[in-house]
Order: sequence, then C-alpha cells, then structure tokens
Amino acid sequence: MIETHDLTKYFNDFLAVDHVSILVEPGTIFAMLGPNGAGKTTTIRMLTSILQPSEGWARVAGYDVVQQPTLVRSHVGVLTEQHGLYERMKGAEYLDFFARIYHLSPDDRQHRPAALMKHFGLGDALDKRLGEYSKGMKQKLALVRAMLHDPSVLLLDEPTSAMDPQSAKLVRDAIRDLRREERTIAITTHNLTEAQSLADHIAVIRKGRIIANGTFKQLSERFVGPPLMELHLAGRLNGATAELAPLVDVVEQGDAWLRYRTRDPQRDNPNVVRRLTGLGVDIVTLSEVSQTLEDVYLQIVEEDEGLERDGQRNE
Amino acid sequence: MVSVTSKVDNRAPVPAQGYVRGTRAYIARTLGNALIVTRREVRDSFRDWRIMVPIFLLTLIFPLLANGMTNVFIGFFEDNGAEPLLPALLPLLPMIVGFFPVSISLVIALETFVGEKERLSLEPLLSTPLTNTELYLGKAFAAMLPPLLASYTGLAIYIGALVLGEQQWRPAPFLIVQIVVLTTVQALVMVTGAVVVSSQTTSTRAANLLASFIIIPVSMLVMLESVIMVQPHRRYLLWYIVAGLLVTVVLLIRMGARIFNREELLGRSLDQLNLRWVARIFWSQFRGPLGDRFTLWRWYRLSVFPALRNLRSGMLVLFLCLAAAFIGGWAAAGEWQVPLDQFEANDETLLDNLQSWFELGQDNPQLIALAVGQNLRVLLAATILAVFTFGVMALLLVMIPFGILGFIMAQVTMSDLSVLPFLLGVIPHGVIEIPAIIIAGAAALRLGSVVTRPPKDMTVGEAWVRALGDTVKIGLAVVLPLIVVAGILEVTLTPRVIEFVLAR
Repeated sequence: MIETHDLTKYFNDFLAVDHVSILVEPGTIFAMLGPNGAGKTTTIRMLTSILQPSEGWARVAGYDVVQQPTLVRSHVGVLTEQHGLYERMKGAEYLDFFARIYHLSPDDRQHRPAALMKHFGLGDALDKRLGEYSKGMKQKLALVRAMLHDPSVLLLDEPTSAMDPQSAKLVRDAIRDLRREERTIAITTHNLTEAQSLADHIAVIRKGRIIANGTFKQLSERFVGPPLMELHLAGRLNGATAELAPLVDVVEQGDAWLRYRTRDPQRDNPNVVRRLTGLGVDIVTLSEVSQTLEDVYLQIVEEDEGLERDGQRNE
Repeated sequence: MVSVTSKVDNRAPVPAQGYVRGTRAYIARTLGNALIVTRREVRDSFRDWRIMVPIFLLTLIFPLLANGMTNVFIGFFEDNGAEPLLPALLPLLPMIVGFFPVSISLVIALETFVGEKERLSLEPLLSTPLTNTELYLGKAFAAMLPPLLASYTGLAIYIGALVLGEQQWRPAPFLIVQIVVLTTVQALVMVTGAVVVSSQTTSTRAANLLASFIIIPVSMLVMLESVIMVQPHRRYLLWYIVAGLLVTVVLLIRMGARIFNREELLGRSLDQLNLRWVARIFWSQFRGPLGDRFTLWRWYRLSVFPALRNLRSGMLVLFLCLAAAFIGGWAAAGEWQVPLDQFEANDETLLDNLQSWFELGQDNPQLIALAVGQNLRVLLAATILAVFTFGVMALLLVMIPFGILGFIMAQVTMSDLSVLPFLLGVIPHGVIEIPAIIIAGAAALRLGSVVTRPPKDMTVGEAWVRALGDTVKIGLAVVLPLIVVAGILEVTLTPRVIEFVLAR
C-alpha cells in the first residue's frame, strides 16, 4: 500500500511537490500524469526514501519513508526515469550485483534473474555487455532489476518508453499480472493510452499539485461531461431535435445526425429511440462516442491553466 | 505471466533499521554491503583501459625507470665525490614511486561518484536498501584499493630491484615503513577529499575543476615532504605530517559521511551559485525571527543572544585551547630561559619607559584605533583562515598570543622582576578582550567546522551560509563593541594602573 498525506517538497525556494495526498491499495495500479517538471519524479523519489519530504508524511508497504527508509527501499521495486546501467557489465553480472544488494538467497540469485530475463525475451542477452543492449532491452532489463527482489510495491517511471509495441505490450501484461498478485503499483507516464488501459486510478499533477484524481470514468464525467451518444438517421431531422430536448441534452447536430449527452444511457437511449421512431424518423445507428484519456487530460490541464490565469486556483 | 517468486535469504536478511543488533554485527553487515559495491566498482575499474594503462605503467614500468635513475644518480654522485649526499637524496625516489600511482585514486574517486551521477546510474543504486554509509564506504574503498595496491606493488618492484640488483643503496626498513604510511595517508586524504568534491558537483568537468583544491595542497605537501626527506635528521617531522593528515582524513570522512546522502546527491541539480538564495538565507539568519517589528533590543534578545548561546561548546573548546596554549608557553619558558636579570628591567626603568609611552600616546587617539585595528585584523584573519582549515587555524591563531603570554609570565616569574606590573598590563582590558577573543574564535571555529557536520535537515551550503550569518551578527553585535571598549581601556586605563602601581 502507498499512503501519503500532504506530501510536500521544496528545493530551496522552489515548490516541487505541493501537499500531495494519495492512497493506493494493494492490487491496484495508480497512474500519475502531468507535464514535464510537474513533480511526478520528485514524488516517486520521496516514496523511495531518496528525497526527504519537506512537509507531510508517506508510508510505503507499511513503512514510514522518513523513519524507516531502508525498510521502504527493501520492499519497493523502482524503475527510475533514467535507468542508467553499467555499460561495461554483462546482464547476468548486473542482476547478480543487485541480487546481492537485496540479499537474495544463493538459489534465487542463480535462478530468478534468468527466469525474469527469459520472461521478457532477454534470455539470450544475459552474457552480453549492457553497452550492446538496445534501448528497449535496457528498459526491460531495468524493469527486471526492479522486480528482482519480488517487491510488494512497484514504482515505475515511464515503464514502456523506448520500447517497440510488442515489448510494450509484454511489459503492460506483466504489470497487469503484478496487479493480479495483489501488488501495489504506481506508474508515471506520458503515454495516455497506456495509462487509460492500465490504471485503476489516475491523478493529474501540475506544478506539484494534484489538480484532478479519480477513475477514468469519474474524470471523464467531471471534466468532459456525461457520456456522449451519436445518432445517425435515415432521413433529415426536420425539427425532431426540439422533441428530444426534454429527454437529453443535444450538443451537436447535422442534417441527418445528432449528438447528445446523457448521464443514464440505459434509461435515456430507449426513450430517444422510441420518440424518434414515433416521429417517423428512421434510425441507422446509435453509438457512444468514445472519450479518450487524452481528451480528459487536456481538458483538465486547460481548465487549471485557465483558473491560474484568472487567479481562482484553489489553494 | 510473471510468477517467479523469491525468498529472501534468512541467513542474510535485508538490512533494516533496528534489525542489526550489536556493534560487531552492525560493522560486519555494513562492511559486507560496502564490499558488494566495492567489488563491482573495482571490477568496472579493471575493465576501463583509461584507468588500467596508467596504473600498469606506473606500477611496472615507472619503478624500473626509477631504478635506472637510482643507478645513474649513484654513478653521478660517486664520480663527483658526493657520495655522502646519497642517503639524503635517494629516498626521494621511492617516495615518488609510491605517490604517483596513488594520485590516480583522485581520478577514480571523482569518476566513481560524480561519473556515476553524470551517467545517471546512481539513482537505481540509491533506490536499494544500502545505507548512505555502506554506499560511501563501498565507493571510497573502490577508489582507494586499486591505486594503493598499485602503489605498494610499484614500491615492492622498486625496492626488490634495488635489493636484488647491483646498486649499493639499500633503504632502511624504517624508511620504507615511513614512505608506505605516508603514501597510504595521502591516498586517504585525496579520496576523502574527492568524495566531498564529487558529492557537491553534478558533472565530471566541474569535479575536475574543483579537484585542484585537492591537487594543489597535496602537491605542496609532497614538496614539503621532499624538503624534509633530504634532511635525514629531520625525517621524524614526516610523522607529524602523517598525524596532521590523519586528522584531516577524520574531518573529511566526517564531512563526507554527512554530505554523502541521497538528498544531497540527487537533490543537487545545479553547479551554479544562487546568490539571491544565499543573500536571503544570510539575511534571515542575520536578522533572526523578528517579524515585522525591528528594534535593537528585540534583535539582541531574539537573534544575537540565541546565536551566542549556540556557541557555548565552541567557547568551551576555545577556553580550554587558550588555557593549554598559556600552560604550553609557560612550560616552554623552562626550556628556553631568557636572562631577564641581565637587562636593566627594574621598576624605575619600566616606569620611565611607560612614561615615554604616555607622552607618545597623549593627544593621540589613533593609538586606540591601532589597538582596536590590530585585534580586529587578527580575528578577521583567524575567521578567514578558519573557513579553509575546518576551523583549525582559528584555534591556532588565537592560541599563539596566549602561548607567548604564558612564556613571558613564566620568564618574569623565574627572574627577580615583580609579576604584578605584567599582570596589570593584561588584566584591565583583558577582562573585556579575552571574552571577545573567545567568542570570536568560537564563531570562526563553527564557521570552519560546520561543513564537516551540518545539521541533519540542512544542506552543507545552507548550514555554512547560516553559520556565516551568525558569525557576522556576533562579530558586529558582540565582538566589535567589546574590542572597542577593550581598546579604549588598553590605551587609557591599563597604563595608568601600571603607572599607579609602579610609582608606589
């Protein structure tokens, strides 16, 4: 579990993280989104007990990040933003070095790195020097390193950056598997499609503050509005829109199509269909317009920028 | 599906605070973990030809060249009838043979710390359960071991070739021990210094530039050692240098262990000086927690006196050092007695001298300025030197006058002269001046030594700027007024008191 309360970090005068409070339960994936320099990496570093909070507190895997830093780091697997490997070492040597630091048993030291490397398609690369690894291989090796000691909490900074689509899928599947094993996972990413597909809970960070958080559905409803439905008709609308006004909120329309929002599609869609059919309008298709996390994210950031410009941002 | 699970070895559990019980177990675990890092670093160093080639050359080739040079020197000196000089000059060669490989430790130390930071490979390491001490020791050992081994090997080759060769010179075992100890301690100084330098920078370039702060003093030290080495009867002085270097090592280790922490290593992202921030911190410390209302009394009460209270332990150290200097001066008087009896230094002569001083001083208020200026100059010099010597020079500089005072007092006591006029020459203004010196010395000591142990919640830079704020504040608010009052007393009251006593 990851729990923070008013976690704050100053670098001299600069406020990097501003009273961040989160709760991530085991078996869930929490995604932190935000522009570069928003404070995501600083938050991760505080959760790893690398940086000390200026204010507030955080507990990771049940341990306090300030009082029990060694225990925190023993139970956390970290994929850092810059995975910086030792280029002159071989893959096996590199993993053995970290396995020794984590005091894995000799048996585990021998078998676990090889098994993980094989799982990520790097079984043949164990004896290669890291300088010869491709970017994606390095990223996967860094992920193997983070999982080496079987941590209960994983903090993954951009886990699939630099990976080809096939490798990225492999990693996403691995992250889902880890969720099934009831591990607590926090990721930061700029890949919004990935965040949407993986995350159970999303927080958008801007200038050190969480400006929005919730499930994708909650964020989508709050910032973009209720589900958007699109209706295509066989003929022209001919004023049918006015008939729909009491039922739903029509937001756009053309000669033979319209879009409306509804908080309860289960209830409202059949009514709309009945009303239009009653008016003699034939319906060709009725479908939900899919909202992407990108739409939601851009809307959130835009709103916050607007509030900031107007000086209305809640402090 | 990632279903590979692991068990942590029960015999060697993950290090945890509060887990390790007992000092021996703690030390064993710390060293064990440090050596994991050392092993990796050393292996990495051995794979880097840029490190290995110079070490190889300095270890194998250079000693043999030095051996050849020894031959040439012996021949040259013998040809010119200067054989007696050989025992003095030849020990320079093993000293150089030992020192050259050790100088590489600086390069490795800078590389292992700041190089790793620059290659961004440090953060994964910082994310592991290794403690700061384990990381620090592991990397420091790694920086020291290859060059020291190279140095010892080089020395062994050089001396082995001497012993097995045809040369007549056989260095005494004691000299070899002295050179080995000196070489080792120099390596320790350079590595511990490099740790401090590299943890304060983010690029190898910046670290190399700052390394001159290590290279220059060590080069000067080697020159001094060479001067001593060519004087066989003074070679005992090299042990004093070893002792001094060991003290420096302890201070640097203390400083390195404190500032080698994750926060400093990763939180520091700029090598530039943020003058605005420095000015703000300095001003907030100088001003103190006054809020919006500034009055002189509030400033003294809320800012100056609390800062003074923080100097209590420093003042105690200063007091003990001054007392030690006085006693030392007194003890030295027994060794080098001045024949005061041969001077016409009776009360009348003293009175005459004093009166001529009065005539000189009357209508000459500049004497006060001179007295004040002299004291301020010494205290300022002590403060500036303290910054570069971890506070040591602040102690030494203010101790010297007290040593001299003890020496003079002892001489007077041992002669037939009366001690009273000398005591009265010190006490009236000394009552004010000595506390001022102790306070100023304590502030300078703190300014110099705070970098070796900054408070836990502060960076080295912030701790130093705050100490500077306190030093300037105490200097202006306490020391300066005391020194001015002491100066006035020294010129106006002290001579009158002496005159009064002597005239009676």
